[in-house]
Amino acid sequence: MNAASDQLLVLVLLINILILGTHRTTVAIRAMAAQGVILGLLPILLYSIQSHTLIITIFVLLAKGLFIPWLLLGALKKIDFGEDLQPLFGYSGNILAGAVATMLAFFFAAQLPLAPQHRDLLIVPAALATILTGFIALTSRRKAINQVVGYLMLENGIFIFGLLLTESMPLMVEAGALLDLIAGIFVMGIIIKQIGREFSSIDTSRMTALREVE
Amino acid sequence: MLILFMIMIPLAGALAVWLIPSNSRRPLVLPVVASLHLVLVALALSQPLPEYLSAWIHLDAVGKLFLLEFSVLFSACAWYAVNYLKYRMERDNRVLCMGLQVCLSAMTLATVSHHMGLLWLAIETTTLAMAPLVYFNRNARSIEATWKYMLICSLGIALAFLGILFLAYSMVVTGLSPTLVLEVLQGQAPHLPPAWLKTAFILMLVGYGTKMGLAPMHTWKPDAYGEAPGLVGAMLAGGLANCGLLGLIRIYQICMVTDSHTFYSVTLIGMGLFSIAIAAIFLVHQTDIKRMLAYSSVEHMGLFAVALGLGGKALYGLMLHLIGNGLAKGVLFLSAGNIHRAFASKNRESARGALRRAPWTGAMFLAGFLAMTGSPPFLPFASEFAIFRAAFSQGRPVTGALVALLLMVAFLGMSLTVVPVVFGDPPKNRERTRFSETALLVAPPLALLVILGIIGIWLPEPLYQLVKEAAALLEVAR
Amino acid sequence: MLDILIHLVLMVLMPPLLFGVINRTKASFAGRTGPPLLQPYFDLFRLFRKGSIFSRTTTWVFRAGPIVTLAATLTAALLIPCGNHSPLLSFNGDMILFVYLLALGRFFTTVAALDTGSSFEGMGAAREVTYSCLAEPVIFIALLVLSRLSGSLSLVGILTHSSTALWMTSGAALVMLVVGLFFVILSENCRIPFDDPNTHLELTMIHEVMVLDHSGPAFGMILYASALKLYILGAFFLHLLLPLRVAGSLQDWLVFVMSMILLAVAIGVVESSMARYRLVRVPQMLLSASVLAAFALMLVVR
Repeated sequence: MNAASDQLLVLVLLINILILGTHRTTVAIRAMAAQGVILGLLPILLYSIQSHTLIITIFVLLAKGLFIPWLLLGALKKIDFGEDLQPLFGYSGNILAGAVATMLAFFFAAQLPLAPQHRDLLIVPAALATILTGFIALTSRRKAINQVVGYLMLENGIFIFGLLLTESMPLMVEAGALLDLIAGIFVMGIIIKQIGREFSSIDTSRMTALREVE
Repeated sequence: MLILFMIMIPLAGALAVWLIPSNSRRPLVLPVVASLHLVLVALALSQPLPEYLSAWIHLDAVGKLFLLEFSVLFSACAWYAVNYLKYRMERDNRVLCMGLQVCLSAMTLATVSHHMGLLWLAIETTTLAMAPLVYFNRNARSIEATWKYMLICSLGIALAFLGILFLAYSMVVTGLSPTLVLEVLQGQAPHLPPAWLKTAFILMLVGYGTKMGLAPMHTWKPDAYGEAPGLVGAMLAGGLANCGLLGLIRIYQICMVTDSHTFYSVTLIGMGLFSIAIAAIFLVHQTDIKRMLAYSSVEHMGLFAVALGLGGKALYGLMLHLIGNGLAKGVLFLSAGNIHRAFASKNRESARGALRRAPWTGAMFLAGFLAMTGSPPFLPFASEFAIFRAAFSQGRPVTGALVALLLMVAFLGMSLTVVPVVFGDPPKNRERTRFSETALLVAPPLALLVILGIIGIWLPEPLYQLVKEAAALLEVAR
Repeated sequence: MLDILIHLVLMVLMPPLLFGVINRTKASFAGRTGPPLLQPYFDLFRLFRKGSIFSRTTTWVFRAGPIVTLAATLTAALLIPCGNHSPLLSFNGDMILFVYLLALGRFFTTVAALDTGSSFEGMGAAREVTYSCLAEPVIFIALLVLSRLSGSLSLVGILTHSSTALWMTSGAALVMLVVGLFFVILSENCRIPFDDPNTHLELTMIHEVMVLDHSGPAFGMILYASALKLYILGAFFLHLLLPLRVAGSLQDWLVFVMSMILLAVAIGVVESSMARYRLVRVPQMLLSASVLAAFALMLVVR
């Protein structure tokens, strides 16, 4: 069971790089959805099928796999056109940064003391790598919707880390976290629409009215 | 029961506001809810024994102090809102009224949570509830501010959540069954692996620090404070920022029990000093009064962090300053809102001579500025003085001197903006706005100012006891 | 003995067939009949009967280019095990020689292109070198990963080690290697989406532009060498993708030939279903392949 979850986590890492490197927003969102589905499958693979894990799985599949991508694609359809703009360090720079971040994550994870039953799993390095690559995507992309995708990657990374605690943490906090995530994305979706209306583009690098003069 | 009522009443108010169709009657719900909440808080605080609902939800001295500050500030904002929204009738205020009350409910929940996850949830809810309020003005500038606010705060809150997971996992590593209840964590903190605990602390410092606006995560703050209406700014500076501080205090309570408390102290002091320095630099030559207030908020959040790092006697100052900073920010933001309305500008070039255009507002803005920068007789003088004394008496004279110097720079920088805004000659060529000072626009900030003055001179015994108790709660931690 | 003979015969005779298969696949996708399967052989035969014309500005380097390239590629082919049979040459560390032989071939192709003094060919040489800079790390990292997995230092050891059992234990790393290497096969053999072997527009092509000045037998050698390169890299790739083990020696050869043809069909399908990348995207794709291979290494070393 652990081997299978490890392979899935490797897939998650690849999706991270794909999102960093793709120049099409729809591809990024679909990849996000795929990542969400994988994350949804992980709890029942790692722990046996119980009502507790099953609820999480269903919830995650619906939220990350369906609802959020649907929201984002809907927002995209209304306002966006064509390709994302060149990110801060170019696509190649992004991919390289993602690769370096992933390696750093593996290195850092090796330094942390882990519980014996988690020592051989990929969970901790994969979680840290996804968080870091999400951060890179969030900061380097210039369109609002791609920044949201980066934020979602970061949340996915946190979710992966949360897998270590699935058995012992109360369901309420996790469900709350997910609910907050959805609410947050909802609010962000609304704002993206407003940005599209105000600036006739969701390129956040055009937002330069607010900064320190001098 | 009281706690449940305190959480539910604002939610009921939000529902009521949602149902009321009339734009002009809707704001009237706010003062009702605020008064009920304030009465309930007074009742809860007057009980000698803290109410104990469960291990997750109960009220301790720290919570009481935060609750008091939130409730008083919200009352001022609620009364102010009634008249303020009259000037903004062209805008639909449903979302604003709802957001304020949901935020109050979530802030109340934050003060009573003794479960790190629940606390996180409450704080995240305040972030979300406030987002549409920053966007109240519906223009390109405010959407930009809202976007930055949303993105940076969500990021910070996500990192704080990761910190909570780390905290829970550190218990798994030790072989304990993980729990996030504050008191249990405090008891077991000395046995937890320091690597995980330190990482968790850093993540939560960054996460809740983003919410507080500690530099370098403060960048959303001037934009959001600058573009939000005055009363939203007051709630952001005195409510949401303090929620972040509360989150930081809770993790501080856990971490300071361990042997490596010097690490945490030094980190907090470093972060705090950096924030104060950044704020002081940006306060000089700040032309926009609301952005100036935002940097002032960064400065005082930095001061909180320094006080936490110092520990000991500084904690008493911190608890006192919590009230002082929150209420003074209320005075400043509400009167800044008036100035903004009176001149249709918040820039010191065109908004000059508030004392002549709106005498009460101008005087309050000046007094609020003096209070905020720690001039006697107002409360922040007493609290900041306590923090300095602690710095010098606890063998950190360099920190104390640096803070004093930076606060002085901040004072001078702010006065460069405040003096022309208050005393200058009103610009001749500008159109006169229809703003006129009414009782409800002046009374709330004035009330806050009077409270600040009175407490500054004579601290009532129950409040003194509460502050001491709260400080002791943090100090016993070591 | 028989195995060695089959190895040599296949190595010499089979490569042009792969081109034939690819072209037929593309033709049938486009709804055409397409050239006969053996057309590449006819082309080569025709070219070798012709005379050569050499530009007066060229030196011996230009003439040496095709010969050295073909010789280097042939030597490299001697190092690669086909199916489960040992190659003619094998020693510890031959994998490095293998990579450098391919690099030597490329070096002489580009130098010959530069020798003409034509700006087109110089541009093609520059592109070829840039892209191979990004593609070579993939092969090297792949060799490292395989060597780590098998504990061997020779090509035979590391390539014949992979099996279905290995796929069970470290499948993730192997998947990444396979994807990365497939990118490299396409790019090294000038296939769509990296390069278009049929176009003669100097703005879009990479490899073809370098050999514009070659004619007759020299050009035939170049064509043959590139077919051989596809054969070598394909054999390398198939060890990873389809580590099939069949009992008898002859059946094993049959499986090998079949899988090579399948690979050619797969390449044809990719070529028919994809558009050529813009030039700026090519380095990004190759970089991604390197990142994939690096991930695989990370997973294996961990």
